[in-house]
Amino acid sequence: MRALTWQGKQNVRVDTVPDPQIVNPRDAIIRVTSTAICGSDLHLYDHYIPGMKDGDILGHEFMGEVVEVGSRNHKLKAGQRVVVPFVIACGNCFFCRKQQFAACDNSNPAEKTDASELAYGYPMAAAFGYSHLTGGYSGGQAEYVRVPYADVGPLVIPEGVDDDKVLFLSDILPTGWMAAVNCDIEPGDVVAVWGCGPVGLFAVQSALLLGAHRVIAIDHHPRRLALARQLGAEIVDFEQVRVREALAEMTGGIGPDACIDAVGMESHGMSPDNLLDHVKVKTFLATDRIHALRQVILSTRKGGRVSIPGVYGGMADKFPIGALMEKGLQIRSGQTHVQKFMPELLEMILDDKIDTTFLISQRLDLEDAAMGYKNFKEHQNEYTKVVLKPRHTRH
Amino acid sequence: MTERTSRTLDADAPLSSARKPDPAAAGLDIADDDAELVGRTVTINRPRQELYDFWRDFRHLPTFMENIEDVIILDDNRSHWIVQGPAGSELEWDSIVTEDVPGEVIAWRSAEGATVENSGRVEFRDSPNGRGTIVSVTIAYKPPGGKLGKAFAKVFRREPTIQARQELRRFKQLMETGELPTAAMLPQDMP
Repeated sequence: MRALTWQGKQNVRVDTVPDPQIVNPRDAIIRVTSTAICGSDLHLYDHYIPGMKDGDILGHEFMGEVVEVGSRNHKLKAGQRVVVPFVIACGNCFFCRKQQFAACDNSNPAEKTDASELAYGYPMAAAFGYSHLTGGYSGGQAEYVRVPYADVGPLVIPEGVDDDKVLFLSDILPTGWMAAVNCDIEPGDVVAVWGCGPVGLFAVQSALLLGAHRVIAIDHHPRRLALARQLGAEIVDFEQVRVREALAEMTGGIGPDACIDAVGMESHGMSPDNLLDHVKVKTFLATDRIHALRQVILSTRKGGRVSIPGVYGGMADKFPIGALMEKGLQIRSGQTHVQKFMPELLEMILDDKIDTTFLISQRLDLEDAAMGYKNFKEHQNEYTKVVLKPRHTRH
Repeated sequence: MTERTSRTLDADAPLSSARKPDPAAAGLDIADDDAELVGRTVTINRPRQELYDFWRDFRHLPTFMENIEDVIILDDNRSHWIVQGPAGSELEWDSIVTEDVPGEVIAWRSAEGATVENSGRVEFRDSPNGRGTIVSVTIAYKPPGGKLGKAFAKVFRREPTIQARQELRRFKQLMETGELPTAAMLPQDMP
């Protein structure tokens, strides 16, 4: 099959690789019909995330058709259309039973759990198309994917619903939704969202659906700010104004009740001496730059809530612990428990309460994926979301 | 059957987390200050008896302990273990069950003359807060002297705690999910 492979820093290419097969009894093989490039794929592209190997197949946002299931997979049938969550979860462990799927205790192969156990105290769950710290599973920017524990993750999509409407259930829509859920929004609340990338925009949409009185979106790309405004947000361009002062003034001096950091380490980059090196030498110096997060914490009203869907991996320097404590803030964060939120979000899509298609700026052939990565990185204003379509010409 | 040494500890933490490991106090049948002791606890979301039964059939050990090649059952209490040694070699010894409380405890030690004197113990307890079964494994072993000992140390003593925790993690994965997770794309690429 054809698949987008990682070949080192800012070097990805579409290669011919062996088709995946059923390996474990609960597996399924999915024939990919749509897949997307995620902002967090750019962390891999720029090699800010450790634990990558040449030839790794990227992609954790994908959907397609079930072509084969393992002997113990009694949920899926060949021919069904499914969206696959980026988090791989077993459904059996303590965490999965609590619906904390992104904390699954079993999906990461045992021999790959040591680095994250050292770095975080406990080993991380697995994900598709990402670092070997999270399992090194081959991803969805390919014609076919082997999906483990496929009797738990994949969500069956009714016939007649376009891929574009449901593809983002795999990651960014539930991620934006959980970011807003984590704000514990009450009537009258003002929610501020840093970053109008896909997750930030879905967080804007979700916060309004969850009853926020006002949402204020912060970015500097005009097209992304325009999309936020189109969704119903007031907008702030951080290149034009001092953000904390603007938010205080816009909220009558009280400050936003809840603030969402949908930026993460992405915009300012993680230092090149990456996480794994730190694990190796066991000297935990700062690895994540948290400019946006500092601003989030300072801007949130006293007694307010901070939600962090943005990705961080290491240690932060000059973290404003004093502002956090003295103002009595609550912080919630984490990788998304995608499986928990997918069914209700699918219902809202089918009821036309949520539209995700506005986000897609480019539809490319999988063969052109390398160009998609380059432009998604270099032209963030124009490239809001790239969807890739495999050709399946050989089948 | 070996008499179990009484456990004493001033605090509530398990003996395997002690800064100065004491195999005898941990209930292991190996009396040597130089012995390596590793211990690890996991919670497994399966009934106690099921976990005990799987482990007690030592033929299952190679499925989740990666350096055990094969276990041949000789009788109820005695089995023959074939283990990967340094530089592609194989080590073999007989292992004797020293304590066996169905559903609760299995303890074993190597028979006399083993190249690597070793002793292990696994305990199964119901989680008091309803989270399944708490499984605690402690393993002690005394590496041999001489050249073989040095080679052995290189292979086995590098990260014994890492090996123990990976094996117990595989046991948990197998018992909870019915399979061992792998990123392999093809069956022949399984580790």
